[in-house]
Order: sequence, then C-alpha cells, then structure tokens
Amino acid sequence: MLQVNDIIHLAVTGLAQGCAYGLIALGFVLIYKATEVVNFAHGEFMMLGAFAVLAFSEALGGSFWPAFLLGCLSIGVVGYLVDAQIMRRIIGQSSASIFIITVAFGFIFRSLAGMIWGWNSLSLQTPFTGSLQLAEGLSIGHDRLAIVVATIILVTVLYLFFSRTRFGIAMQAASQNQLAAYYMGIRVKRLVSITWAIGAMIAAMAGALLAPVTLIDTTIGFLGIKALAGAIVGGFGSIPGALLGCLLIGIIEPFADYYFPAVKGASAYIVMLVVLFVRPEGLIVQTFQKKV
Amino acid sequence: MQVLFKTAYNDDLKFLAKTGEKVRVGLVVVFLLAAPLFLQNYYLAELGLLLVYAIAGIGLMILTGHTGQVSFGHAAFLGIGAYCHSILMAKGVPFSVSLVLTTTLCAIVGMILGRSASKMHGFYLAIATLAFLILVETLIGEWHSLTGGHAGFAVPSLKIFGVSMTAVWKQYYVDLFFLLAVVLGAANLFRSPTGRSFLAVRDSELSARSLGVNVEWVKIQSFGISAAITGLAGILLAHHLTYLAPDVFGVLESLKLMLMIVVGGLGTILGAIFGAIFVSLLPVALSFLKDVLPAGIGQQAGLEPLLFGLIIVLFIVFEPQGIYGRWMKIRFFFETFPYYRKSSFVRQKSYLKTERMR
Repeated sequence: MLQVNDIIHLAVTGLAQGCAYGLIALGFVLIYKATEVVNFAHGEFMMLGAFAVLAFSEALGGSFWPAFLLGCLSIGVVGYLVDAQIMRRIIGQSSASIFIITVAFGFIFRSLAGMIWGWNSLSLQTPFTGSLQLAEGLSIGHDRLAIVVATIILVTVLYLFFSRTRFGIAMQAASQNQLAAYYMGIRVKRLVSITWAIGAMIAAMAGALLAPVTLIDTTIGFLGIKALAGAIVGGFGSIPGALLGCLLIGIIEPFADYYFPAVKGASAYIVMLVVLFVRPEGLIVQTFQKKV
Repeated sequence: MQVLFKTAYNDDLKFLAKTGEKVRVGLVVVFLLAAPLFLQNYYLAELGLLLVYAIAGIGLMILTGHTGQVSFGHAAFLGIGAYCHSILMAKGVPFSVSLVLTTTLCAIVGMILGRSASKMHGFYLAIATLAFLILVETLIGEWHSLTGGHAGFAVPSLKIFGVSMTAVWKQYYVDLFFLLAVVLGAANLFRSPTGRSFLAVRDSELSARSLGVNVEWVKIQSFGISAAITGLAGILLAHHLTYLAPDVFGVLESLKLMLMIVVGGLGTILGAIFGAIFVSLLPVALSFLKDVLPAGIGQQAGLEPLLFGLIIVLFIVFEPQGIYGRWMKIRFFFETFPYYRKSSFVRQKSYLKTERMR
C-alpha cells in the first residue's frame, strides 16, 4: 500500500511532469489559436530544443545559460522558417492535409535528429542538481522545481504579453478574424510566423528543462502527444484550460502507472479518450461550433 | 476529347462514362486476372500484398479522403482485424464466419470511436485515433493469454469452405476478389445518398448541416464502414504475414497508410490504388537508393521515416491532389491536345476557412 508520504511524493513529481506537459501545450495552443493548425510536430520541436541546447553547451564548454538561450533562439528560427516556407503555402487546403503535413514534419525532425546526434540517450549538464527538502523524508529535485517555476514565469509573461503589448493584441485580433485583421493593417503573415517561432521557443525551453529528468533521445518527442492529450482534456481553445488538463494528466499518470502497471505509459490516452467520450468539449469549454 | 451525350437519366449514375475509361479499367482487370499465368511466385505474392494495401487504402480513403475525418490510427484496425481473425481461426471458426465476425467487430469499434469525436472539429478525431492506436498496440502486447504478446502469434493457414487456399496463386485470387468487391462497393457507395452526404460533410460541415444532413451520424457511419474495410484488409494481411507481432501495427504503419492516400490523391478511389502501388514500389527504390548513396547516409536507421515524411511534405506543397491529380493533368493534356494551358489547373488564392466561432 502507498504511505501518505509516497502519495505526496508521487503527486509532487506528477505536478512537475504536468507542468512540463503544460509548457509544451502552451505552444500547441498558441499556434492553434493563431492559425487553427494543430502542430503534431510540437513534441519534435521540444526534442530538437533539447538537442540544440546540448550541442551549444558542448560547443561553449559546458555553460548552461548561454547555451539555453542560443538553443531556444535557434529552434525559434526553425519554427519561423517552417511557417514562412511551408505552412504559409498550404493555407486553405483541407484540414486533413494540414494535419498530415505536421505529422510528416515530426518524422523528418526525428530522423534528422537521430542522424545528427545518434539514437542513444544523451545527458545534459544543468545547474539544477540539488534538491529541496519539503518535509521529513520528502524532497523535490531542483530539476523538477525549475520546470514548475519556469511554467509559472512563462504563463505570467505570456499573459502580460497578450494583454498589454501592441504585438500581443494584434495576435489576438488575427486569431479572432484574420481577414478583419488584414483590413486593420496588421501584417498577419509575419505575425503568424512569429507565433510559430514563439511556440517553438517555448517547446525548446520545455525540452531543455526536461532534459535532466528524462534523458535526451529522439523518442522524447512523444511527450508532445501526451501534452496534446492534456490540452484536450482541459479544452483546447484556452490556455488556462490546457494547462489545467496537463496538470491533471501529470498527476493522474504516476498513480495510474502504480496501480495498473500493465498499461504503463498509456494512462494519459485512456483519460483523454474517456473525457472525449463523456465530454467532447473538454472540461473547460472555449471553442464553439457554428450553429445553423 | 470525347463529348458525352446523355440520353437517359441513368447515364449520370454510370461508373464509367467514357469509352477510354472502360477500356483502361478493362485492361487492368484482365491483367490482374491473368497475372498468375506469367508472374513468378515471388512477384505474385508481392502483387497480392499490394492488393491488400489497396483495400486498406480504400478503407482510409473513405474516412479521410471522402469524409474529411483524419485518422492516424488506422493501423489499429489492421491489427484488430488480423488478430481477431487469427484467434478465431485458431479456435476452429471457419473463414466465412470469422470474416463476418471480425469486420463487424471492427465496424463497431470504429463507430464507437467515431461517436466519441463526432461532435468536435476534425483534429480531435485525429488525436483520439492516434491515442487509440497506442492503446491497441499496448493492449495487444500485454494480453499474453489471448494474443501471445510480444512473442507473436502464428496465423492458421487460409482455408475457405474447407478448401485450402495456401498456394500463392489461390491466395492472390482471394485478395483480388476482395479488392474488386471493395472497389465496386465503394464506387456504389458514392452514388448513394449516404456517400453523397459523406462528401457534403467533407466540403463544409456547416452547409451540410443546413441542408439537413445529420453530420454526427454521417461521421459515425463513415468511420464504421472505413474500419470494417480496413479490418478486412487486416484479415488478408494476416495470411500474408503468417506470423503476427504487435509492433507491426504501429505508428509507422499508420503513416504508411496515410502516405498512400496523400500521395495517391485524396478523395478518389483510384488514388488509393495509385498510393498502394507507390508504397509497394518505395522499398525497391529505397534499397536502390541505399546502394547509390554513400554508406554514411545510406545505412542510417532513420532513412525510411525521413523519406516518408519528405515525400508527404513535397506532395502536399507541390501536388496536393497526388498522383491522381498528375494523371488527370496528363490525360487532359492529350485529350485537349494543343489547348492545354498550365493555368487550367492553377489553384485560386485561398484563405483560412474557419468553422469556429472564436
């Protein structure tokens, strides 16, 4: 049986994991709100981010923060280019083609990463090595704490960005009605590309922060699908909903793995399928279908 | 260019209207029927596998190409079909009964899955099916007592009405029979109100709904039919593989099905068949490529998914209608000979079409 301490421990690690999913989901939701494209390659942006930070950190001789910045920026450039070169051309095609192309991107990124950095797990040196003592026999690693703190900071920054800055408000306008935004003189194309860049950068940060918790290899991109599951559980159209859903998935997961080891790793999908079946709009309703 | 004069209302419902189409389809069918006469066993088995993939492609095409609902989890139905059928056969159930039971099971599972996402935008279905695929793969791997788990499961030999069909040419004819039946059925489906409502839902849910189409029910139906056909392909595939393992029916297999219908041409039955030919020829091209490329690149483990991905991206960006679209353009060029202009097929400038309120 689980002791109280174990339960708290599982819950805290789950919370940190949920925050990591939330970080990835933030990028999904941003891109979805701006362009109605669900980017299935988002987990791969995260993986590329982790690899890029690793590569820069090796090139710079082990210093983490400059490598972190450079890595995230470079993945931001990748995200910008993906939109500006490819996604922009296929706007208006059937949504089926658009989903498929993002999945294809995922495969391309994964193969390329494997070819460049190899298929084995690598570890990244980070400054988050110690752990914080919460209570007697209960501690949380600095690496997990960093994820929680980063999530809180990023959500605050993004909130301020979208509600206070000219640029953020322009983004909101473009996501509500693209054509009207064009008429108001907003440069929608550039805006959308920048949204992609921001989304990719957030994913890269998530990747770099997750690196000490899960080693870096080409399969960590699949976490993106779990983040997607979390975002759906919460309701895809809203950032708070998506975050909440991800936290929920993160907390449920370790307990489900403990009680049902047979379906280890699949519990997030079970939760998602159940939620989709019972309440297809997600727990917090944000998007509405047009009614006739 | 042949000008059609319609003299009866039923002319609108003909499968093949033009003489050229009749001749071409006739030639292909004759070729397929006569193939065992001049093909060696190895090539015949490969051709049979191609036919099976064409069936699976048509299954996915009905859902994704014709109804506009994306499924990344169709390999799961291949898996369910293959495993359910093999287990039933191993328990002594005859082929014909097992065929009916398995396709029914696939249809029911598909309809349940379709129901869960029928009220939402398309991408919920895409993700739900992906999750479903992962679940099915996990389940097949873990349910040792029924499926043999990762150790695998031997498929009983193919026997129909007590007649053994294990010879390569007999199995080939079984595949061919089912493919022709599925093609005919699918073509017929799209002449019926049910099939037409599929197309309406694909083009615009909003206008389909305002014309009185029950959008939710259409999605559920489409998912059920598609899952049943893919399950049928799974049954035939099981007899080709002769030994089943859960990881055969994974994400890569789903991507292969997706690749088939995108490259073949979304929204046409012919496209699924073109796609099956393409996917079957791809490994040949790949092994050729591996010899040509320098060893450093050619021997990389990720080459196959990389090429799959690249081909999909290139096709969607440059030829969204796939091989079928290219074939149409070539045909148009010859039919209208000196009048073909590139601008005949230039797409209109398109904007983001949204079906969402905010």
